[in-house]
Amino acid sequence: MSDFATRTDAALMEGPAFVRTKPLAPLPPPLAESGAVGWLRKNLFSSTLNVALTIVCALLIIWIVPPLVKFLIIDAVWDGSSRVDCLPRPDHPEIGACWAFVIDRINFFTYGFYPIDERWRVNVFFALLAVGVVWMAWLDAPRRDLGVIYFFVLMPAASFILLLGWPLIGLSKVETTSWGGVLVTVVVASVGIVFSLPIGIMLALGRRSRMPAVRLFSVIFIEFVRGVPLITVLFMASVMLPLFVPETWSPDKLLRALIGVSLFAAAYMAEVVRAGLQAIPKGQYEAAFAVGLSYWKTMRFVILPQALKITIPNIVNTTIGLFKDTTLVFIVGIFDFLMTVEASRVDPNWATPVTAPSGFVFAAIFYLIFCYGMSRYARFVEVHLAAGDRH
Amino acid sequence: MAAVEITRPKTPLIYNPKARGIAYQAVLCAVIVFLTWSAIQNAADNLARAKIATGFGFWEGTAGFDISQTLIEYSTTSTYGRAFWVGLINTLVVAGLGVVFATILGFLIGIARLSKNWLVARMAGFYVEIIRNIPLLLQLLFWYNAVLKALPAIRESLVIPGGGFLNNRGLFLPQPVFEPSSRFALIALGLGIVAAIAYRLWAKRRQMLTGQQAPVLWVTIGLVIGLPLAVLALSGFPISFNYPEAGRFNIRGGMEVLPEFMALLFGLVIYTAAFIAEVVRAGILAVAKGQTEAAYSVGLRPGQTLRLVVIPQAMRVIIPPLTSQYLNLTKNSTLAVAIGYPDLVQIFAGTVLNQTGQAVEVIVITMAVYLTISLVTSALMNLYNRRMALVER
Repeated sequence: MSDFATRTDAALMEGPAFVRTKPLAPLPPPLAESGAVGWLRKNLFSSTLNVALTIVCALLIIWIVPPLVKFLIIDAVWDGSSRVDCLPRPDHPEIGACWAFVIDRINFFTYGFYPIDERWRVNVFFALLAVGVVWMAWLDAPRRDLGVIYFFVLMPAASFILLLGWPLIGLSKVETTSWGGVLVTVVVASVGIVFSLPIGIMLALGRRSRMPAVRLFSVIFIEFVRGVPLITVLFMASVMLPLFVPETWSPDKLLRALIGVSLFAAAYMAEVVRAGLQAIPKGQYEAAFAVGLSYWKTMRFVILPQALKITIPNIVNTTIGLFKDTTLVFIVGIFDFLMTVEASRVDPNWATPVTAPSGFVFAAIFYLIFCYGMSRYARFVEVHLAAGDRH
Repeated sequence: MAAVEITRPKTPLIYNPKARGIAYQAVLCAVIVFLTWSAIQNAADNLARAKIATGFGFWEGTAGFDISQTLIEYSTTSTYGRAFWVGLINTLVVAGLGVVFATILGFLIGIARLSKNWLVARMAGFYVEIIRNIPLLLQLLFWYNAVLKALPAIRESLVIPGGGFLNNRGLFLPQPVFEPSSRFALIALGLGIVAAIAYRLWAKRRQMLTGQQAPVLWVTIGLVIGLPLAVLALSGFPISFNYPEAGRFNIRGGMEVLPEFMALLFGLVIYTAAFIAEVVRAGILAVAKGQTEAAYSVGLRPGQTLRLVVIPQAMRVIIPPLTSQYLNLTKNSTLAVAIGYPDLVQIFAGTVLNQTGQAVEVIVITMAVYLTISLVTSALMNLYNRRMALVER
């Protein structure tokens, strides 16, 4: 017994052959998964291909960014009054962007040929528009129902009187031919949205209507307009519209462009709104009819509020497209912002090799700020609405 | 209990929904007919007063203007009809090339946006956000006026290796000249393509029956590229190049690519690629992650997973919006008018309209062309969608 015990004890002391008795040498610490080095390893150098891609991208950045910064900021000319300031001189051999040209022409870019004494009216218009846009865009703003009336009725009427003039109340008349620059860009974009949204809603309802004639008309209009380029629509508005109305009407050039742009945008709005209408469950319609609401009341109080809410991001995206498309009004001879830049570029007083790039870069920054801002807003609304649906 | 007889009071006609519907539609039709009729009346009056001819008789009239890029025979004595075809072909050329390059660039950037490499994804994101948010017209003017027109004059042309020149008058490239015996190579190319398709069908059927795979890719490359090259070599390379020669004021010979064409193509490709990248990204993200995991667990390699599992499913989501991007590119090619590339709108809705004054006919024809292109494309699209749609049970 004791013999057995001793043997077992000895065996236990020695342990079975597969049990390690000596501790193993510690492994090297794992590669850092967190911290700056870990991040670099994971996101930039995870494989041979990624190392190569990272190097190529880094070279691309080195190739593009420093010359760009040098051109736009370091070598740029900030003040000056004529082309001489933007030409290379012995003490300033490398000339970057000619911001002096942009600063000199900023009033022309903003107001076009609008009479200098009357430019406060344009500023008031910008302010009115800003109030309207904030009221509409701020989803929790007070009295948004009033905001809708302001944005779609009051503001357009006030702006019309303000910009065009009304001699009876002491505002002298300013012909649209002298409008230009940012003013025209903003007018075309805002008239486009103010008219295209209601027309687009009507077309979308028409396309889903049970009346065949209404449906047919809506489908033909929408598909026709979406199938042709905006330039041909503007051509049509500019050369065919005057033929179709009595000679005495002879619509003004800007008005023709506005009609073309509004109808064009309306067809795109209609499709966006239709998508929203289709997303509303059938039960909503049936419930509204069951409590005895008429067609228009159903739409006004039940369907459209829900459909338009989920459509806001797409409406904003369509507006971005509309804003970019305003540049096409040059085709009918209107001086929008881009055309004022284009026209100033060839001004002999500022003729230098860097004038054209400077003007275009300035215009690009202008459009980039507005369009990018709008697209961020669309994304914000999307997230905001998704959060609202969760609880 | 006697059955209560319900007599529904007869609704007055004005409250009858059917009658109302008919009345509304009648009013709408009347308004449209009236508007159309008065427009036609006004147009007839205005045209008669301006002494402008109507009808399509001008189609046969002599154009009398020159066009800077003609891919079919055209001279100042050609007809307006001929000018129309020149413009249409120029539009289709720029749109066709634009679609090809924009697709390649767009797919690259779309995939780059999803890359695990932070720098690559960020740069692709920057590209998309910047390019999408700047109007195409501005980009075209930039390429044309600030880049291509700022190139050196002819005397200081940039020399491109291989015998080309780049200057502010355009890009001059060696033009290949095909000698008669090169047609054998062309025939070989045709035969190679047919044979490759036949081989593919055979390989697929064999795989379905026996599970054995055939080296489809290598055989296809051999048939489509190798065979014509071999025939070319056998017939002693019957292709020569007509190299452009730089003179003092002009460049003779070779193939000339207009700066307007280059600017338009650059602008359209770069702009549309940003939108295609977003379409591609959305399509790839739409394929559920479980699909990739399932493919890995049955032992497919990453490349095979992408090619056989992810891409076929992503394409179903990608193709419809991709087509509408192609249509947008075609419609955007009308911006050629801003930089003077002779496309359909520039030639027809511009010059021809100004010369003949027949606004209605010219605009109607121009719109009909674009409308036809988009209707045909969307009809094909619907056909494709019907074939590709998931069959739900």
